[in-house]
Amino acid sequence: MEDRILTLVTFFPLIGAVLLLFVPKERDDSVKSIALIIAFITFLFSLMMYSMFDPVANGMQFEVNIPWISTFGISYHLGIDGISLLLIMLTTILSVIIMISSWNSIKTGVKGYFISMLMLETGMLGVFVSLDLFLFYVFWEAMLIPMYFIIGVWGGPRKIYAAIKFVLFTMFGSLLMLVALLYLMFMYHSFAGEYSFSILDLYKMPIPLGAQTYIFLAFALTFAIKVPIWPFHTWLPDAHVEAPTAGSVILAGVLLKMGTYGFVRICLPMFPEATLQFVPLISILALIGIIYGALVAMVQRDIKSLVAYSSVSHLGFVMLGMMALNVQGLEGSVLQMINHGISTGALFLIVGMLYERRHTRMIADFGGLAKSMPVFSTFFMIASLSSIGLPLTNGFVGEFLILLGVYKANPVYAIIGATGVILAACYMLWMLQRVIFGKITKPENEKLKDLDLREKIILIPLVILIFWIGIYPKPFLERIEPAVKNIVSIVNSSRTASEAGMSKGYKCVGDRCDTHTFTTGGK
Amino acid sequence: MEYSLYLIPLFPLVGFLINGLFIGKLNKKFVSFIACGAVGLSFFYSAHLFFELLSLPAEARAIEEILFVWIPSGQFNVNIGFLLDPLSIIMVMVVTGVSFLIHIYSIGYMHDDPGFSRYFTYLNLFVFSMLILVLANNYLLMFVGWEGVGLCSYLLIGFWFEKKSASDAGKKAFIVNRIGDFGFLLGLFIIFWQVGSLDFATVFEKAPAMFAVGGTLITAATLLLFLGATGKSAQIPLFVWLPDAMEGPTPVSALIHAATMVTAGVYMIARSNVLYMMAPTTLAVVAIVGMATAFFAGTIALAQNDIKRVLAYSTVSQLGYMFVACGVAAFGAGIFHLMTHSFFKALLFLGSGSVIHAMAGQQDMRYMGGLKKHLPATYWTFMVGTLAIAGIPLFSGFFSKDEILWKAFSSQYGSTWLWVFGVAAAAMTAFYMFRLVYLTFYGEGRMDSHAKEHLHESPKVMTIPLMLLAVLSIVGGYVGIPHVLGGINYFENFLEPVLHAGQNLPVATHVLTSGSYSTGTELLLMASSVILVLLSIILAWYLYRKNTDLSGKLRTSMSGLHKLLLGKYFVDELYGAVIIRPIVNGSLFLWKIVDVFLIDGLINGLAVVIGDISTGLRTVQTGRLRTYATIFLAGVVVLLLFVLLR
Repeated sequence: MEDRILTLVTFFPLIGAVLLLFVPKERDDSVKSIALIIAFITFLFSLMMYSMFDPVANGMQFEVNIPWISTFGISYHLGIDGISLLLIMLTTILSVIIMISSWNSIKTGVKGYFISMLMLETGMLGVFVSLDLFLFYVFWEAMLIPMYFIIGVWGGPRKIYAAIKFVLFTMFGSLLMLVALLYLMFMYHSFAGEYSFSILDLYKMPIPLGAQTYIFLAFALTFAIKVPIWPFHTWLPDAHVEAPTAGSVILAGVLLKMGTYGFVRICLPMFPEATLQFVPLISILALIGIIYGALVAMVQRDIKSLVAYSSVSHLGFVMLGMMALNVQGLEGSVLQMINHGISTGALFLIVGMLYERRHTRMIADFGGLAKSMPVFSTFFMIASLSSIGLPLTNGFVGEFLILLGVYKANPVYAIIGATGVILAACYMLWMLQRVIFGKITKPENEKLKDLDLREKIILIPLVILIFWIGIYPKPFLERIEPAVKNIVSIVNSSRTASEAGMSKGYKCVGDRCDTHTFTTGGK
Repeated sequence: MEYSLYLIPLFPLVGFLINGLFIGKLNKKFVSFIACGAVGLSFFYSAHLFFELLSLPAEARAIEEILFVWIPSGQFNVNIGFLLDPLSIIMVMVVTGVSFLIHIYSIGYMHDDPGFSRYFTYLNLFVFSMLILVLANNYLLMFVGWEGVGLCSYLLIGFWFEKKSASDAGKKAFIVNRIGDFGFLLGLFIIFWQVGSLDFATVFEKAPAMFAVGGTLITAATLLLFLGATGKSAQIPLFVWLPDAMEGPTPVSALIHAATMVTAGVYMIARSNVLYMMAPTTLAVVAIVGMATAFFAGTIALAQNDIKRVLAYSTVSQLGYMFVACGVAAFGAGIFHLMTHSFFKALLFLGSGSVIHAMAGQQDMRYMGGLKKHLPATYWTFMVGTLAIAGIPLFSGFFSKDEILWKAFSSQYGSTWLWVFGVAAAAMTAFYMFRLVYLTFYGEGRMDSHAKEHLHESPKVMTIPLMLLAVLSIVGGYVGIPHVLGGINYFENFLEPVLHAGQNLPVATHVLTSGSYSTGTELLLMASSVILVLLSIILAWYLYRKNTDLSGKLRTSMSGLHKLLLGKYFVDELYGAVIIRPIVNGSLFLWKIVDVFLIDGLINGLAVVIGDISTGLRTVQTGRLRTYATIFLAGVVVLLLFVLLR
């Protein structure tokens, strides 16, 4: 089981997608039910994986390594650590939730939609389980296709523009990644005498600083667009506003994390010296993102684009924490990836529920909903407060650790970053005030139906997670800690090595340490 | 021995959960029974613990209980754990006791409100958060309570959310508090990275070795924590939210915005006395800010017409006193005033609630008057509260305020100026409180006849809490009678174990031996402040009772000053113009110009350019064989020429 579980979790949704091909397209209900069941079973598999995961063990778990295109050293190499574990859990949970949330809102092309969703799930999971860089790239690209359709076919009025913008932005980045990938492949060949795309092998390869900088930049740009780091963020509001609710949930919840995950999995441990070089630049861009995203969110008129811009701000926190390169900062950063998926996912679902009722998302069209929809308003309030990072909700633990770590690395960054916490309260509370508080001014809002059972079932798991991570985050933190410590020690050993006048002295992955000492003389 | 400290916050939490999860499904009797019962149980349990604590020797009065590990990350480790010591038990008793009375009062006050269950749900959540705040054994858990009470304050200020002013005020309170919390968080970062822990016990034990006395780090950390305190306890510059907070139901103003939550800043500083003692600069800042606030808010209160606004500014002013006490390193005196203030200010707010209840919601004192005969119980209890806050001897406020004034004068950190401004603020307090009493309870009724018929004394469920608080407002002071009057200050002796760590610091020892003043000086100062207070009462009597025309004339002759005071020095307008508007306009600029025009314009422009080039190139693809053949021929010619001419 140990060596099959990852394959099972990753490809089960794809099996479901293939299965759905044989269901007649008129039978909407069967399509939906099958998709839901598949997503749910995938979730159960992932739960099983979670229970089998050893929280204290160092290094990768459930590793599988089967040669695929052996001429080029490409293999089917999977494995996870605590970071990927939590992202996988997030993906499988959100996938179940979006299946339920799409139940009534998707009316045309139901079959195609659910097939796309299942394919998308496999694509996302694949990114998180791959330990082969080529495989990583394949999943990374594969996931684009279903998302393109989801936005472009089932989206809003400007869906074509948004879908093309989304794909072009991402493609632009991934082409750079492809070039960097090939460069790495040849470089590894001259280093080890054979080809390998294994991320773990590549960790061990010393790369001269000059080359590191370029390769780092290629990867970093790819990931930066995905995160998105300011100023590469402008595809995000368009994609979010136009995507159907479930698309936004997945986009914000998981897709953006692929960018931050890329940084953690590839950039930091593979190019530690280049990372150190770029810490100031990325930190400053992250800070701009935090404040810029929050300020622009404040003046949005559409709730959905407000939430989209708030993502820019939150992902700024994730990047800032990561760049602290210490245990607290990086752990907070990883936890905040999960938190953002939960809170922002919940917010998008909530906005979607509002849209289904009123067919508008303009803040000015609402007001006084707390009176007509008290249950809805309560959920809205909880999700917003978790997004603001109120203590005892998940957002607080993440943001606190991030800022704590950043303060250690650079107090000025922490001070500037912490203003984002104030601004978050401004835009969220101002929006809440105009949407759920005040008098009901529009007669359409008076008779709005409060949440039904299906909608409560969608939101309750997220609310439970919000409080669980807020009150007892230990199970999550202890699972990511070994992985985070690994990365921190890799980066720090290169820091001390470079301070001692050597380039990329030695690196440790898990308990394996390699010592290749290179003097900085030759590039 | 097992003390089960967690039970104290657990009761209100359970009350919150029951009322919150079944909201709309329970009847009012049950809801109020659960809510009041939960707080009552907390109170009785903490009273029990108080006696347990008393039975221990003084040095053993610090009980720590840890529930579980909350956030473990590398060397950072914070627990959910509670600490019961003399300081926290006083806070717990005050919080649960006053809360209990206010819960009972609320049954009557909120009886006809459609949001009755929601109200009690929030109220229990508040008590829970407040108890977490005062019982926490580390800074981060304290911060949980700190933000938790802020949330409840937000919810309860905006309780009548259909009123725009109410939800505005709630939002303002939350955001202004967030600015303070920003400081609080940064303060915690300094402490953690310097000391390696956020547990009170560890921090206070290690701090003297880890920080240089008067150094930049400790000064920065304490100032940042103080920024948090100015937010929560409504001090300059972050006081602007508290007067607006009066939009909430009056019992909420009494509980949250007078008796408990707003004193959290004072508690936090008293708790951190070791750190503050090591930062003399910060102490000076605290004292000056406290005194400036006390004086400044007092002047605003002189001119307000809304009964609750007068009380709100008076709260800001009294909180200033408590900070003065902390600033002159007299933390015990600060906590003493915190306690007495919570009794008499809760009483005054509840009394004003009873007045507003009788006046069917009217809060403007210009339409009141002569209520004494209609509301006898309210009047008498209100009078006790007024005498207490004015600092009339034998009432609780006298003892606590006098203690602060004396320390402000005699402590090494004190000065004559602090005393002078303190006495001036005390005189103003007496003046505006008696102005309030005369305008409200004396003279002819200025309400319309319809309102006059409606006048009635509040039900027993509201007046009994008033009477109990009136008793407390009198006897509350007798636990701390100054030595100079031949008493024993039990209160400060009780707090001594918590404060002695700070007092035993090498920096502090020379500070607190302020034996250089004679008892004669102390008595003289005491007498002169009492005389000034009495004089200002007489002035209030003369202006608002005896010669009411004169007050009108004064108002017109000094209309500029009056407008300034009535407009609260236009601080809100200033903040709006200098901070809020530029931010909103700047954000619009970022969105419309930077995002949409610049970044997207660049990218879309690029797309358009590529599109145009492609359109141009496309015209070559005509599909006509003739054209292709021509181009083909031209190509061959060019190549041939190239080869031949090379």
